[in-house]
Amino acid sequence: MTLATATRRSVKRAPVGVGGRRAADRGAWFLVLPALIPILVLSVGPLLYGIALAFTDAQSGRTAATQWIGTLNFQDLLHDTLFWESFRIGLLWAVGVTVPQFLLALGLALLLDQDLRLRRLARALAIIPWAMPEVVVGIMWRLVYNPDAGILNETLRDLGLGDGRDWLSGLGTALPAVIVVGVWAGMPQTTVTLLAGLQNSPRELHEAAAMDGAGAWRRFCTVTWPALRPVALAVTALNFIWNFNSFALVYVLTNGGPGGRTRLPMLFAYEEAFRYGQFGYAAAMGCVMVAVISMILAVHLVGRLSGGEDA
Amino acid sequence: MKTGKGARAGQYLALLAYLLFLAFPFLWLVSTAFKPARELASLHPTWIPKDPTLANFRQAFDEQPLLRAALNSLAAALGAALIAVLIATPMAYVLARRRTLLAKAATGWVVVSQAFPFVLVIIPLFLLLKNLRLIDSVPGLVMVYVVWALPFALWMLVGYVRAVPAELEEAAAVDGASRVRTLVSITAPLLAPGIVATALFAFISAWNEFFFALVLLKTPEKQTLPVVLTHFIGAEGVADLGPLAAAAFLATLPSLVVFAIIQKRITGGMLAGAVKS
Repeated sequence: MTLATATRRSVKRAPVGVGGRRAADRGAWFLVLPALIPILVLSVGPLLYGIALAFTDAQSGRTAATQWIGTLNFQDLLHDTLFWESFRIGLLWAVGVTVPQFLLALGLALLLDQDLRLRRLARALAIIPWAMPEVVVGIMWRLVYNPDAGILNETLRDLGLGDGRDWLSGLGTALPAVIVVGVWAGMPQTTVTLLAGLQNSPRELHEAAAMDGAGAWRRFCTVTWPALRPVALAVTALNFIWNFNSFALVYVLTNGGPGGRTRLPMLFAYEEAFRYGQFGYAAAMGCVMVAVISMILAVHLVGRLSGGEDA
Repeated sequence: MKTGKGARAGQYLALLAYLLFLAFPFLWLVSTAFKPARELASLHPTWIPKDPTLANFRQAFDEQPLLRAALNSLAAALGAALIAVLIATPMAYVLARRRTLLAKAATGWVVVSQAFPFVLVIIPLFLLLKNLRLIDSVPGLVMVYVVWALPFALWMLVGYVRAVPAELEEAAAVDGASRVRTLVSITAPLLAPGIVATALFAFISAWNEFFFALVLLKTPEKQTLPVVLTHFIGAEGVADLGPLAAAAFLATLPSLVVFAIIQKRITGGMLAGAVKS
C-alpha cells in the first residue's frame, strides 16, 4: 500500500518524465532478461543448490530418496585427514604458483614497458601460453619432463648435471614440477594486466623523478608501485583463487599422483563426486573451499588496503 | 629517459631469458610432433628432428576420433560464442548506461562467479542437465559454456559500451532519431569490433575448456578435443609421445590463430573494463 501511494505521488509530481522513464525501464528489463535468466538458472541456482546439497546425503545413481542430514558431511570432513592433506597441498600450490607468477610477470611487464627492440615480438610470444588449452599445456610439459625423451633431462645431461630424474613421479619433485607449469601457464595473463596498469601510470611523474636524480629502484618504489598497487592487488587475489581452483593442468600432468602428492582439492572433490558418486560430501568440500579461500582473501585484501592508506 | 649501456644490455638479457622460458616448451612440442618413433626412443633427443615425418599425425588420427572431436569442439565453441555475445551485449549496454541496483548485483555476480570452485556448481549442473536429458550432448555443454563465458564477456562489453560516449546517443535523440534507430545506426557500429573480440574470446575459452566437458560428456563420439587428447595418455600415465604431441599441436592451432587476431583488443578491453567499475 505504501508503495502504491508512493508511486501515485511521484506520478502526480512528474507526469511526463515518469511515463518515459517507465517505458525505458521496461526496455531495460527486455534487454537484460535474455542474459539474466540463464545466469539465474545455470549459475546462481546451481550455486545455491550446491550449497544445499552439502547438507544432504545425495549420491549418484541411488534409488532411495535423498535426505537432509544436517551438518553430518561437515563433521565427517573435519576428520577426513586425506581431505585436509589435499587442502594443504592446494594452499602450497596456490601460494607457490601465485607469488612467483606475480614477481616474474612484474619483471616482464616492466621490461615490456621499456623502449626495447623486439618488444612487439616479445609481447606476441609471451601470450602463447595464455592462448593454449590447459590440456595441451599439461601434455607439452609432460614431454619436457619425460625422463627419457624429455628436453629437461637431456639438457641436464649435456650440462653434466647428472642423469636427471623422473620429475613427475618423484615424491619430492612432483609438486615443484607442477608448480613450475602453473607459473608458466598463468604468467602471460598477469603480465598483460600489469602492463596495462603500468601504461596507465603517470609518465610525467616518472620523468620528473628521473630529473631529480632518483635511481631506477627509487623511481619504482615512489612512482611506479603506488600507481600499480591496486592492479597488483586485484590480479594476485584473482590468481590465487584461480590457482586454488585449478584442475585441468594437474589432472593431465600427474592426475594427483604420486601417492596423492599433487592431489589438489579440486581433483579430490572431482573424484569424490564423479568416481565415488558422493555428491553431498563433495558439495560440502566445495563449501569448505569457498569459505576458507574467502577468509584468506578477506585478510589479504583488508591487510593490504589498510597498509595502503598508511603509506 | 636515459638508460646506461650496461643496464640496457641487462634488460635485453633478461628479456631473452623470459622468451626462452616462455617459448621452449612449445618448441619442444613441435619438435616432438615431427620426430619419427625411432628418434623418440633415442636416449639423446635433439631439438631439431633429424628425419622429420608426418607419421605421428597420421597415427594420431588413426588412434583417436580427432576429426569428430574437433567438430564437436567447433560446434560447442561457436554456439557458446554466438549465444553469449547475443545475450550479453544488451545486458552490458544497460549495465554501462544505468546505475541501478541490478547493475550492482550483476557486477557482484561477475566478481563472485570468478571465486567459487566449479565443483560446487558442477554437481547441480550435472543433475539439472540429466533431468533435462541434455547430459552427454553438445547443446547441453553449450548452455554451460554460455553462462561460463558471461562474466568475462559482460566485463569486456561494459568497457566497450562505456567507450562509446553517451553524448553521441543523446545528440542523435535530439535530432529526432528513435531509441532503436540510435542503437542500430550509432551505437552498434561503434561497438562492433568490441563485440567481435568478445565473441572470439568466448570461442577460445570454450574451445580450450576441459573440466565441464570431462564431467558432462561420456560417449566418446560426443567428446570435445581436450577430453579426447587425454585419452592418448594411458591409465598408467604411459603415452605414445609422437601422436600425443601431434594431436596436441593441432588442437592448439585454432586458439593461437584466433588469439593472434584479438590480442590487442583483449588487453584493451580488459583495461577499459577495469578503468571504471
